[in-house]
Amino acid sequence: MITALVHPIEKFVRSERLPHIWCSGCGMGMIFNAFAKAIEELNIDPKKVVIVSGIGCSGRASGYWAYDGFHTTHGRPIPFAMGLKLARPDLHVVVISGDGDLLAIGGNHFIHAARRNVDILVILVNNFNYGMTGGQVGPTTPEGVRTTTTPYGNYTEPPFNAVWLAAASGAVYVARWTVYHLRNLTESIKTAFQMKGFRVIEVISTCPTDFGRRNALPDPLDNLRYLKENAVYVKNPDPREADIVWGKKFIIGEFVKIEGKESFDDRIRRLIEIAQKELRRSDLQ
Amino acid sequence: MMNLVGEVKPGMYFWSGNDAIAEAAIFAGCRFYAGYPITPSNEIAERLSWRLPQVGGIFVQMEDEIASIVSIIGASWGGLKSMTATSGPGFSLMQENIGLAVMMEVPIVIVDVQRAGPSTGIPTMIGMGDVQQAKWGSHGPYEIIALSPSTVQEAFDLTIMAFNLSEKFRTPVIILADEGISHMYEKVVVPDPRDVIIINRKLAKDPNGYLSYKADDDLVPPMAPVGEGFRIQSTGLTHDERGYPSADPEVQNVLVRRLLDKIRKRKHEIIDYRMYKCEDADIVVVSYGSAARSAKSAVDMARKEGIKVGFLQLKTIWPFPDEVIFELAKKVKKFIVAEINEGQITREVERASKGRSEVFWVGNYGGRWIFPEEVLGKILEVK
Repeated sequence: MITALVHPIEKFVRSERLPHIWCSGCGMGMIFNAFAKAIEELNIDPKKVVIVSGIGCSGRASGYWAYDGFHTTHGRPIPFAMGLKLARPDLHVVVISGDGDLLAIGGNHFIHAARRNVDILVILVNNFNYGMTGGQVGPTTPEGVRTTTTPYGNYTEPPFNAVWLAAASGAVYVARWTVYHLRNLTESIKTAFQMKGFRVIEVISTCPTDFGRRNALPDPLDNLRYLKENAVYVKNPDPREADIVWGKKFIIGEFVKIEGKESFDDRIRRLIEIAQKELRRSDLQ
Repeated sequence: MMNLVGEVKPGMYFWSGNDAIAEAAIFAGCRFYAGYPITPSNEIAERLSWRLPQVGGIFVQMEDEIASIVSIIGASWGGLKSMTATSGPGFSLMQENIGLAVMMEVPIVIVDVQRAGPSTGIPTMIGMGDVQQAKWGSHGPYEIIALSPSTVQEAFDLTIMAFNLSEKFRTPVIILADEGISHMYEKVVVPDPRDVIIINRKLAKDPNGYLSYKADDDLVPPMAPVGEGFRIQSTGLTHDERGYPSADPEVQNVLVRRLLDKIRKRKHEIIDYRMYKCEDADIVVVSYGSAARSAKSAVDMARKEGIKVGFLQLKTIWPFPDEVIFELAKKVKKFIVAEINEGQITREVERASKGRSEVFWVGNYGGRWIFPEEVLGKILEVK
């Protein structure tokens, strides 16, 4: 008997929306896969998973999942996710967006949500450039490389170390993987899902069309090979050493894992209890 | 989230306009506020930081006005009636995401306590210069609802109306307050909740075959609760009935036309105004917000002089009451518009009167009130 082959993550995807907008060789498909696998293995009710994204290539992720999806404005998925999570603490609210969206235009929200320890998981897809708009320099573009707005090489825009930024701002879970390290990524998403608070997973992704092409990596496979050869797993690594220098080794692993830190929504609920207790004591009303 | 602890009791109160807006928000069911400090709106945030937790609601002071408006859009999707308050500079920062709320069709209320501008202007003094910005401030074609109170009681009543309209039409509603009303203390009567109609959004019931943006006959799509398997799709991109992005001009056409029509075709359900001594009037003074108080006094003064002058107070600014102006324009010879800006509503009255009446402006550019004598002076000048 012949049975139609169904892709294992089919049920998590809006197949009717295929083909997607992502280029051949884009890392988003692998992130998609790792995420779906993590949800499946954790046995989480997909109805309770909400994807919030911003603008850019990875911002389109919210539109392809079969979960509730919200595609917000450029840089703003984090405050949207915060409002939604505070209103509905029973939901797993996940932000998937790019380095430009989360660290340039949305950088302020990123550090403040980390400071508050807002209970959301942020998957920061770092492809080193603005893919959607044609490959301009971004807040994580390594020094020296060429982009469409650094035609001589990036000599003017030093990159953020996103791992250290998240750690220093108060995130309770900070990990970095690449789209080559899918098993680690899946396990890391599972770990993050079981924690509470502001959790960041930086995924170093591939963009052969815009970034690779201008930096001697036009073939998608060469982009993956670059990640395989340069990413070095370190146990309990120091966030301060997570800088990425083009052509050199860089660290992947779990940088921060703090259990028991009170999340923002728990603080809000505690505040409500305090206010209501005081109100009952007073006869002002 | 509703919790009867901490609800304001019916009765008489002595409140500022900002107090009244904050209490009316709670009265209307608002349970989420996010904002960023800015004069002259601060008392709204301060009062809600005290009062919202008492009723089980959430107050968050955000890192900026952009985060403020975006987080109330998220919270409203999460099912909580949500509000932010700001003044001119913050209102400017919010414009892009007012467009997001229009496009995602999210009920939110934005209070703009206007001060003298442009730019930082005079932060502590009155202005009414954001009226056209409220209509056109976000990019692209859209319709918006904006209400403007002239008394502290109206600040209370129109805030409830703002929440009701936002829920009914799934749209952002702007309260165009100003420093005058917001910092003025007056008597407010809080009604018995049983005597007030509170409208809640229309909710989708069946996830099977649910389409995020398929509107009913009233042009408003039912809103699905998040996390219940409706597979909601919501985006600021042009989208079809499923909520899926599209670059097809016909999809754009159908979506934008509906977004415009849901307000344009039902504006009789939105427009509110007050007419005073207009029956036999040769001249009608049109005003709104704080300026309306001086305009009304001037009309009374002119009547004592035997001049046939009437008064039209606009409570709904957007959508603009074109028909009300046009009907008056058939009868009266002249309109005078009193406002604390360069004539932002004057040009609307000119447009809506279609050349049938002469239209004059009286006012200043902000930083102080209009005095009744100034409006009277204009009446005497043009009569």
